[in-house]
Amino acid sequence: MKEPLIFEYESAGRKGFTPPSESASRIPEEWLRKDEPVLPRASELEVVRHFTRLSQLNFSIDTHFYPLGSCTMKYNPRVCNRLAMLPQFLSRHPLGPVEHGQGFLQTMYELQEMLQVVVGMHAVSLTPMAGAQGEYAGVAMIRAYHEARGDHARTEIIVPDAAHGTNPATAVVCGCDVVEIPTRSDGDIDLDRLRAAVGPQTAGIMLTNPSTLGVFERQIAEIAAIVHGAGGLLYYDGANLNAIMGKTHPGAMGFDVVHMNLHKTFSTPHGGGGPGSGAVGVNQRLQPFLPVPYVQKQGDQYVWATGKECPQTIGRLSAFMGNAGVLLRAYIYMRMLGARGMQRVSEFAVLNANYLMASLIDAGFDAAFPERRASHEFVITLKQIERDTGVTAMDFAKALLDHGFHAPTTYFPLLVPECLLIEPTESESRHTLDGFVAAMISIRDMAYTDAARVKEAPLTMPVRRLDDVRAAKQPDLVWLPGAAT
Amino acid sequence: MPFIPHTEKDVADMLARVGVDNISQLFEEIPPALRIAGLSGIAPALSEAEISRLMQTRARADGEPLCFLGAGAYDHYVPAAVWDIATRGEFYSAYTPYQAEASQGTLQVVYEFQTMLASLTGLDVSNASLYDGATAFAEACLMAVRANRANKSRRILVPRLLSPVFRDVARGILSGQKVELVELPMLDGQTDMAALASMAGQPCAAVAIQNPTFLGSLDKVDELTDWAHAQGALVIAVTNPTSLALLKAPGQWGQTGADIACGEGQPLGVPMSSGGPYFGFMVCRQALVRQMPGRIVGRTVDREDKPGFTLTLQAREQHIRRSRATSNICTNQGLIATAATIYMSLLGSAGLREVAVSCNANTHALVEALTAIPGVTRLFAAPFFHEAVLQLDRPVAGVLAALSAQGILGGYDLSADYPELGDAVLVCATETRGAADIARYAAELAKLLGAKA
Repeated sequence: MKEPLIFEYESAGRKGFTPPSESASRIPEEWLRKDEPVLPRASELEVVRHFTRLSQLNFSIDTHFYPLGSCTMKYNPRVCNRLAMLPQFLSRHPLGPVEHGQGFLQTMYELQEMLQVVVGMHAVSLTPMAGAQGEYAGVAMIRAYHEARGDHARTEIIVPDAAHGTNPATAVVCGCDVVEIPTRSDGDIDLDRLRAAVGPQTAGIMLTNPSTLGVFERQIAEIAAIVHGAGGLLYYDGANLNAIMGKTHPGAMGFDVVHMNLHKTFSTPHGGGGPGSGAVGVNQRLQPFLPVPYVQKQGDQYVWATGKECPQTIGRLSAFMGNAGVLLRAYIYMRMLGARGMQRVSEFAVLNANYLMASLIDAGFDAAFPERRASHEFVITLKQIERDTGVTAMDFAKALLDHGFHAPTTYFPLLVPECLLIEPTESESRHTLDGFVAAMISIRDMAYTDAARVKEAPLTMPVRRLDDVRAAKQPDLVWLPGAAT
Repeated sequence: MPFIPHTEKDVADMLARVGVDNISQLFEEIPPALRIAGLSGIAPALSEAEISRLMQTRARADGEPLCFLGAGAYDHYVPAAVWDIATRGEFYSAYTPYQAEASQGTLQVVYEFQTMLASLTGLDVSNASLYDGATAFAEACLMAVRANRANKSRRILVPRLLSPVFRDVARGILSGQKVELVELPMLDGQTDMAALASMAGQPCAAVAIQNPTFLGSLDKVDELTDWAHAQGALVIAVTNPTSLALLKAPGQWGQTGADIACGEGQPLGVPMSSGGPYFGFMVCRQALVRQMPGRIVGRTVDREDKPGFTLTLQAREQHIRRSRATSNICTNQGLIATAATIYMSLLGSAGLREVAVSCNANTHALVEALTAIPGVTRLFAAPFFHEAVLQLDRPVAGVLAALSAQGILGGYDLSADYPELGDAVLVCATETRGAADIARYAAELAKLLGAKA
């Protein structure tokens, strides 16, 4: 291991930071802890050095091209972080009176308004804390809408087979049954199967458009007509919003409710796995069910709308109002782009994806949907290379790391064998994309000359390929004092 | 245009490679009827200097009142190194560590985080974080229903002393899966054991116990834990991580300890930030780990037998199991958990204990200073950690508004959540509220209450 565990910087009684304290607690003995928890005992410099070194073992957008499909790994502007961390924003108590929060509430109100325009919806709530929670809010609102109309039989959610795993998982969390419908070989949904699936039991359909296959679902107007005709509603998963800003929006496509991943489209950081934000937008008929709290304007004052003002709300999704700091970063980013800037984001995200796809096709790689225009991302399949050489999509992913590129998304969507889902985003230069193509060519050349060497990759990372089977069979999930390292 | 690096020549060359004349042609698969002209109503772009000025103006407008408000978010001091390191680009702009070889930094941090949380709670295994305390509690209830196969109940007993907003959020999330929360009444700041006895024999999947309670008091955790286990129920401990440097860990409650511990991670180095991003934590016994939601990191070896870290037990998760996953959670609160790991590393158990002791001592000082004012009395005799309930001789809302106008957040008005307590306010003093702050609060309150009610 390149960096020991923080617990191994052991020196009894040492601590990195001294809080002010000379007092004793007045808690009776029976509630007191007898043992000492195993927390590190390191100096401040050791702690800083340890975590700095650990950070250096990571790939990140700030250090590497990160073309991870469906994740929109674009540049996270530093100014968004700096301004979201102004001391008054950090020290504001979530239950503080609105008089001490007008600057913050106004910002949230304006963010709601801007997001409404981008997705073509009637109202927005910012409270969901991640995409999956936005999905939860969306499906819960669809259920609440049907329930409020006494339409209790509508418990089925339709999901295309190409959908992200959170879609079916969310439907189940909301107490719905999942009905999967197939995708045709051209990447669009099989409408006959959709017509056969809808009925009086249909609560709604969950769709991403462009889909996870990296193509725009061209029959979306017919899909909306079929689902609405059967009494169901349409839910838009905003994972791929970066492809369409200012070009079309879920409102125009006929959707009733959307969630937006602010950590994708609006450039808030992914943070090694969150925090995200899954703000939701709704059309007029779902507005009464929006999760609370959200911000309303009363005269000159910005105030919270809560369950009191919104009796039909699906309720609260978090202890307070969601990931406020993430929302500030998204607001700052959107204000720096303006209307035209957001449109340009989608134009260049789509240009980069189509350029990269064309370059890979020219280099002899197989696009999964070569006759289709790429959206902001696209799928290639390495099926032929795998048949010829035994080198898999996963081997390519690992070999790319040695070339200084983070791997694209592998084996998703599940429909395409040996696939890579590649999303370059607008913030990458042509030069970087060309470098990625060169790396792909070089890995393929090696697959045909020395496949075993590709299968050894990565060779330049802090570790070689890890034994995942052992990790799952003999779980080692916490360090224990005295354990071998 | 910000954040787009293309030159005109790049664009021309790239369009030529694609085989189109202009960028608009790339959107030709969008049916014309669905296209929009642009984003009307969104203001033109601001420069970095302009947005900086705007945000500074708004931040200043909000001020920085002196905070004696807790109720789930606490004003602790956060050492400078915590967020300096956590916002390094390599942590800040990385994705979920699916490519383990290129994410050993994030993965090792999570492993260290899991170790610290397991040790603080006295339980075996932790996940990599959930969204916040309220959703962690909801997930813990669902987990308990899945894990308690013996009694197959979909009821969870939840004390009235448990955070009202945790109950509210959980009720919403659980309703979709037909899990019911049944309230345990309270008596003088602790769970009413007599009322509890009357509930014996009715099956329930789990009993939740919050300690310190939402009202700051310490509950009878040992008795409650043993009672729950005697009923065949699991015990979900909801706790404040700072308090655990001082208080008995959930794994040590009663004869055999709680089964699941969860709570709000904000006290561990996370600024109050209007409510988020915080992180929820969840820790459990080894036997329950396969029912745990969220991501988990494990240590294993690589091809050369060298140790390394990877996401593990993923067969529980939505990207593998889809509709049969333990939860729909995907993204969690990785960066905030990273900050908490750095915070706990800097403080160590001795430092965290000093923070906890200081909070307790300052809150005692606050309660003494305020109850010396005529018209202010303390409710409940039960011991407390860093929050206490005071009763006023008039409605709390008006008093808090007047204090707020003087730049003091005087506490949390309990009248909506606990009308049975009358004019009651929940006050809090962390280690950052010293004698001078307390004296200022007491002086302002004395002035207010001295005036005619």
